[in-house]
Amino acid sequence: MSDRTITRAQLSEAVYQEVGLSRNESADLLESVLKLMSDALSSDETVKISSFGSFSVRKKGQRIGRNPKTGEEVPILPRKVLVFRPSQVMKSRINSKRTPGGDA
Amino acid sequence: MTKSELIQRLAEANPHLYLRDVERIVTTIFEEITDALASGNRVELRGFGAFSVKERGARIGRNPRTGEAVNVPAKFIPYFKTGKQLREKLNSGS
Repeated sequence: MSDRTITRAQLSEAVYQEVGLSRNESADLLESVLKLMSDALSSDETVKISSFGSFSVRKKGQRIGRNPKTGEEVPILPRKVLVFRPSQVMKSRINSKRTPGGDA
Repeated sequence: MTKSELIQRLAEANPHLYLRDVERIVTTIFEEITDALASGNRVELRGFGAFSVKERGARIGRNPRTGEAVNVPAKFIPYFKTGKQLREKLNSGS
């Protein structure tokens, strides 16, 4: 199957096709959805989208890293990382159209 | 925040839209992403992150209760990589 990259353009086109709004407004609504999710996550809220998956923020403690080029020790500051856990529905849909193995 | 809370927040910000349209918009977005991944495509939302599909090879697993060996077939798993802007936003506060 195809190996394309889908971007905002195709997603807002799908919204445009689905609901009777202008292309501009469809694009704005997609942007609002991403903004609402980003805002929730940056205030440490977990975002759970049923039958899609959940996004949560994990706090990482400080640790000592090393500059691979110079071998110098550098502290890696505490930071937050985002973790996505796909739902069962998503996982089974990913495996419904194609099967792994070979060059696909 | 759940999907219905997301719909609610989007509806509040867009009082001129019918709630059922707001629901369809949100559902369509996540459906499209899932469909794209199921067809083997990548979804890149610059600033937010990128969804892709990775292949996991077959392996011999073990039933943790009985210790019995079981074949785990190869499968695809969805993967999300956080975008640069969002990563910075997560770490901008405090």
